[in-house]
Amino acid sequence: MMPLVNPFTLFFASIFTSNILLSNFLGMCSFISISKDWKSSFGLGMAVTVVMTVTTLLSWLVLHYIIMPLGLDYLSFIVFIVVIAAVVQILEMIIDRASPALYMSLGIFLPLITVNCAILGAILFMQIRNYGLMQSVAFGAGSGLGWWLAIMLLAAIRERIDKNPVPAGLKGPGITMITIGFMAMAFIGFSGMIAVQ
Amino acid sequence: MNPVVLGPLVVSGISAILAFVIAVVDKFVNDYGEVSIDINHGKKSLKVRGGSMLLGTLAGENIFVPSACGGRGSCGACKVRVLSDVGPMLPTETPYMNQEEIANNVRLSCQIKLKKDIAIELSEEIFSVKKYKSKVISHKDLTYDIKETVFKLDGADKIEFKSGQYVQIVVPPYGEIKESVQRAYSMSSKPGDQDRVELLTRLVPGGIATTYMHKFMKEGDTVELVGPFGDFHVHDTPATMVCVAGGSGMAPFKSMFWDLFTTGSFPEKEIWYFFGARTTRDMFYLDELRELEKKWPRFHFVPALSEPKAEENWQGESGLITVVLERFIKEKIAKDKGLEGYLCGSPGMIDACIAVMTHNGISESDIYYDKFA
Repeated sequence: MMPLVNPFTLFFASIFTSNILLSNFLGMCSFISISKDWKSSFGLGMAVTVVMTVTTLLSWLVLHYIIMPLGLDYLSFIVFIVVIAAVVQILEMIIDRASPALYMSLGIFLPLITVNCAILGAILFMQIRNYGLMQSVAFGAGSGLGWWLAIMLLAAIRERIDKNPVPAGLKGPGITMITIGFMAMAFIGFSGMIAVQ
Repeated sequence: MNPVVLGPLVVSGISAILAFVIAVVDKFVNDYGEVSIDINHGKKSLKVRGGSMLLGTLAGENIFVPSACGGRGSCGACKVRVLSDVGPMLPTETPYMNQEEIANNVRLSCQIKLKKDIAIELSEEIFSVKKYKSKVISHKDLTYDIKETVFKLDGADKIEFKSGQYVQIVVPPYGEIKESVQRAYSMSSKPGDQDRVELLTRLVPGGIATTYMHKFMKEGDTVELVGPFGDFHVHDTPATMVCVAGGSGMAPFKSMFWDLFTTGSFPEKEIWYFFGARTTRDMFYLDELRELEKKWPRFHFVPALSEPKAEENWQGESGLITVVLERFIKEKIAKDKGLEGYLCGSPGMIDACIAVMTHNGISESDIYYDKFA
């Protein structure tokens, strides 16, 4: 059964109240390593948003028009991964053409979007929660923007932390993990305000 | 349909469609059409296909910008001044640039993708750089890990260079090594012998090029050389040359000394040559250099061993080359015409010698060196 959530509501819910990063903790590794610098964070966040929107759309189509009619549900994971990999490849070529500086600053993390668990996570949520086409696209775009919002917030906070004294033992990843914890608590305060499934 | 067939069919079908889409996007996104390269303010103009790196594209047009790593952005040698806008400097380039180069928009040509018309500035010397086909005609051991190799250039090819310059040897794929690489070595032959190139190489354990030259290359092999490059050369001043070398750092000096000796150029220059080695096992050309010293009054040869063994019965200097060098500068070398430093060897040796020389009154701008990491 398709849940009765307005796609528009779902879009905002997945940005703010059920942020895929801060309430499900998906996509943490690039989140922590890229957030050192807000310009790259912006670029990666945007790349994740585009990949998530396009892959949820394509995956929904593949799932509903090929996988499910043929009864091949057990193949859905591998198909999703192939779709993500192809979309990332294409995006990589486009970014290289449009903005070589962003391409270089994202470095290894651009191809690594392929294995960013937030992206596969969003697709799997879409499958489990039985979203319709519009809902899927809204959810994908919302989750991507939510990821972008979270990494931008963290990058901004880290930029301020850098200018302030931090106890030696907490420098770098230590203080970042604590910061993420606080951010997650703040976001979890909103959870459940809007039902997403 | 049988699910055993259906599953793979669906997965490969989807993959094939996506691969097709990628190929189509690649064709459109990576097509930059024809771009023009303007070199030295209109002196030379090339029309090439865009989409590849500047370094490789220039090499395709027979313009060889020096590059030791072959375009992987790890040597920083392929610097080119770019006059048109090619976007901001990439993080892969900044480690190799100083303030002045950044201000002049000097870039690594292996990192610049040709996307539109570009104007660049190259030093005139680069135009004399050529790719030579050569044959190994002599390949012999000087010590247990240093070899002297002579490459005879094919046909009537001639190489024109200054003593102290280097060539790059093109190492073909061999054994486990799947890609061709280029490595730079100073020429030890003298400029008068234009039909050949002699190199001295020390086997670096695990080194791609030296392993090839020591273990795989044989007499009679055909090898490609690119050159000449570099601005290490004898400077036209009356100052006394204080030359220090270790190991295969002998190469540029061998070329310089025999060139000066046979042509008699810079007759005012006194030459002191310090050669450091650990034991007699690492010494080579000892007899030839001592012979030269006897025939040539302005040449002084000081070989030194840092760890001479008692049974070797070593007659020359002993101690670290820096210590010997310092003692000679202080006590033996006449300083009335001024001193110039010439160094070739490991980075550690060069840094130590620069410290000794500057400490003894040779200004840093009068110290010239080739550092081979």
